[in-house]
Formats: sequence, structure tokens, C-alpha cells
Amino acid sequence: MGPSGTGKTTLLKLIGGQLRPTRGSIEVDGQDVHKLSRKALYQLRMRMGMLFQSGALLTDLSVYDNVAYPLREHTNLPESMIRRLVLMKLEAVGLRGARELMPSELSGGMARRVALSRAIALDPMMVMYDEPFTGQDPISMGVLAQLVRRLNDAVGLTSILVSHDVEETAGISDLIYVISGGKVIESGAPDALMGSSSPAVKQFMGGLPDGPVGFHYQAPSLSEDLLSMRGAK
Amino acid sequence: MLDLFARFGRVGLASLERLGRGHLLLLQILLGLTSLLPRLKLLAAQIHSIGVRTTTIIVVSGLFVGMVLGLQGYYVLSQFGAEDSLGVMVAASLVRELGPVVTALLFAGRAGSALTAEIGLMKATEQLSGLEMMAVDPIRRILSPRFYAGFISMPLLAAMFSAIGVIGGYFVSVGLLGVDDGAFWSQMQAKIDWGEDVLNGVIKSFVFGFVCAWIALFQGYDTIPTSAGVSQSTTRTVVHSALAVLVLDFVLTALMFGG
Repeated sequence: MGPSGTGKTTLLKLIGGQLRPTRGSIEVDGQDVHKLSRKALYQLRMRMGMLFQSGALLTDLSVYDNVAYPLREHTNLPESMIRRLVLMKLEAVGLRGARELMPSELSGGMARRVALSRAIALDPMMVMYDEPFTGQDPISMGVLAQLVRRLNDAVGLTSILVSHDVEETAGISDLIYVISGGKVIESGAPDALMGSSSPAVKQFMGGLPDGPVGFHYQAPSLSEDLLSMRGAK
Repeated sequence: MLDLFARFGRVGLASLERLGRGHLLLLQILLGLTSLLPRLKLLAAQIHSIGVRTTTIIVVSGLFVGMVLGLQGYYVLSQFGAEDSLGVMVAASLVRELGPVVTALLFAGRAGSALTAEIGLMKATEQLSGLEMMAVDPIRRILSPRFYAGFISMPLLAAMFSAIGVIGGYFVSVGLLGVDDGAFWSQMQAKIDWGEDVLNGVIKSFVFGFVCAWIALFQGYDTIPTSAGVSQSTTRTVVHSALAVLVLDFVLTALMFGG
């Protein structure tokens, strides 16, 4: 967790091997992600699921085909089996009835739920969620949070969830890292963090306006900016 | 002054880097053939959307270009009493030059720009990243089929353009202007050489197909993922393709017919 713009999504992209770190290394399941050959990286990715902020559904395929896509690409299952798997995955996110729809007909929240069922289609060992709760109504938010937790326990997944939704995230996670300015400033179980003495963590967890983490993007003082006579923007 | 040099240097480096990325992408696209062969359906679908859907504009343009050739050719040739050679003139201009070149220009405008916009939007909406994280290589699955489809479609479209053009020329010269029917065809048959004219034209259109598809896909893949970025890349596809086709046409013509 952490405020916007601190590099949460970047972190997920680094773990997935989509970005290269300038320094340091990242290990997933004992393998250094950025030292793997292309083939090994793709094999590792088959065991990772990722839920993008935008959903990243293939816009030319229906909901059904989107969820079936990884199954068709990576397995030789017969269509009847794929159908059953797809319907089960869609049932889990409550969108079995929406299987005929095209991604353009879905709301942002629904698209992300479809993307979630696609991310878990291959039963990965690890799922990365990028802001799964943004844009969800209170009902689906609760259901989704429970789903993430249940998936995690039932299949023995590792779930990495990036969010700034304090309450929902704290409710389902075992361990929270709070990131600010590209650094981990505190980590621990949700309860421990709630009682943290660090002012930045306190501010973030409580959603307080005043504290070490500024609401404003870095800028010169307002009066200076307004009174400056230069023609600059 | 030093600033100016620095800017030149930056621009130069940036374009070299771009050129390098373009060639690396091309290499990956070409290597994608291995994973394309077991999935010929993907190729067929792309030939349909890139090639088949471009036929209308090709057929209509070919017809009119052929008709204009007939009219203009008749005007010049009749001054020397050589109207009977009109068939040769029409066919030679089409097969050697206009077929491959005009088809390539139309292809860049119709199919190339569409490819760039499609790939660019897929990048902007994270669909390409999404595929990567599903362990599906977007270059092999998305770009390669489109590239080979363009490469295969272009010569076929050019052939269609030339054939329809000849028919258009025939309508005008024989139907309207009263050129002798038999002379039109027999002169054409006698003077148009299979290797020298037809084959060289086909080679040209293969080269143009290769270049146009490459430019379109690279521009899409390398786009800045914003609306302005995609629109810029689409424009660049058309401009770069047109320039590349015209320059390459000169080079190829010089090589084929110059010596």
C-alpha cells in the first residue's frame, strides 16, 4: 500500500519481468526474474497471474473468449473442458451471465472482475492484483475482497495486492508493506500497522490530510507561483 | 552554439536507437514464423482483414488508372499512328510500375494505417502487456501474423490491380476509341516478357509488402501510448511507407531495368 505515484504498479511490473531494474535483483520462486532466458521467463509467467488496473482485456474477444484465451494458448484441453473451466471462473466473479458481452459493453469494475477470472484461469501459484478495488461498488468490493482471500486459502496461492484502499486491504491481508517515495517505510500485520507510531504510516492508514506525506505534488509556493510575472505556464 | 550541437547529437542518437529497435523488432517478427506455422488460422484471419478488405479500393483504382492510361496513351500513340501498340503500353506501365507502386501506396493508406492504429491502441490499453503476463508473446501472436499477411497480400493485390487495369484500358481503347481488338491483345502478348516485366513487378511488390508491413507494425508497437501518440504514429506510417516505396521503386527499377 502507499499513496499514488510511489511506484506500486512499477513494482508489480518489475516482478513480472516487464520492466528491468536499474539496480538489484528480483527473485520469484527462487529464480532471478531478470536473469532468466526468454523461454524460462515465459514459463514462469505461466505460473503468475496479473490483474491490470485497466483490466487489459482483449477488446476484440468476448468475455468468454477472453477467459478462455490463456487456456487455449497453453493447454490442449478439449473445448468442452474449457467451457466448464471458463464458466467456473466466471461464476467465481459473478459474471457467468455476462459471457456473451464484449469488453466495450462492460463497466470498469466488471471488466476488472473478468480480468481477475482470466488471471486465475491457469490456476497460477501467484496472482498480482493492481488496484482490484478501484471502481467497484460496495457490494462487489466486499465480494471481491472475500474472493481474493478465499482463492488465496483454497488453492494455496501467493497474492500480492497493490491498493490504497486501506480498510478492504487490511481486512484480508496477512502482511502489509507501506511504500512511500519508492521506499518501504513500514511493514507488518494489519493490526500492528494500525497502531504504528510512524507519522507517515499513521497518516496513510488514517487517511489524514496533515502529515509528512504531502497531498500536493512538488511545486513552488502558491503565492510565488501566482505572483510570478514571467510568461511561463 | 554548443547547445545546438548537443541537440543535433540527441536527435541523431534517438533516431539511430529507433532504427535499431525497428530492426530488432523485424528480427523477432521474422522469427515468429516458427510459432505461426502451426497456427495458420491466425494468418488466414489476417490475410482476410488486411488483404481481402483492401480489394475494393484496389479494384476501383486499378480500373480507373487503366482507363486513364488508355486515354492518355491513345492521344500520344495515335500521333504516330501506333495505336495498335496501346495494349503493350498499358500493360507494361501497369505490370512494371503502376501496379506495384500504386498498390503499395493504397495499401499503406488503407491497411498500414489501420495496422498501426490497432497495434498502437492495443499498447495504449495495456493489451500487449496483458498478453505478455499471460505468457503469450505479443510479437509472435499479434505482430507476426499481420506482417506475413501483408507480405503475402501485397503481390496478390498488385496482380489484381494490374489485371483490372488492363481490362480498364481495354474498355477505353477498344470500346471507346476504336483500337483494333486483335492488335491490342496480340501486341501485348508478343511484347510483354514474363521474366523481364511480370516477374520484376512481382518482386517489387514483395519488397513493398515487406517494407510497408514492417513500417506499420513498428510504428504501432513503438507508439507513445496516448491519443496524440497513436495519431502521430498512424500519420508517420503513411508518410514513411510512401517515401520508402517511391525511393525503393527507383532503386529497384535502376537495378532491374537500368543495366
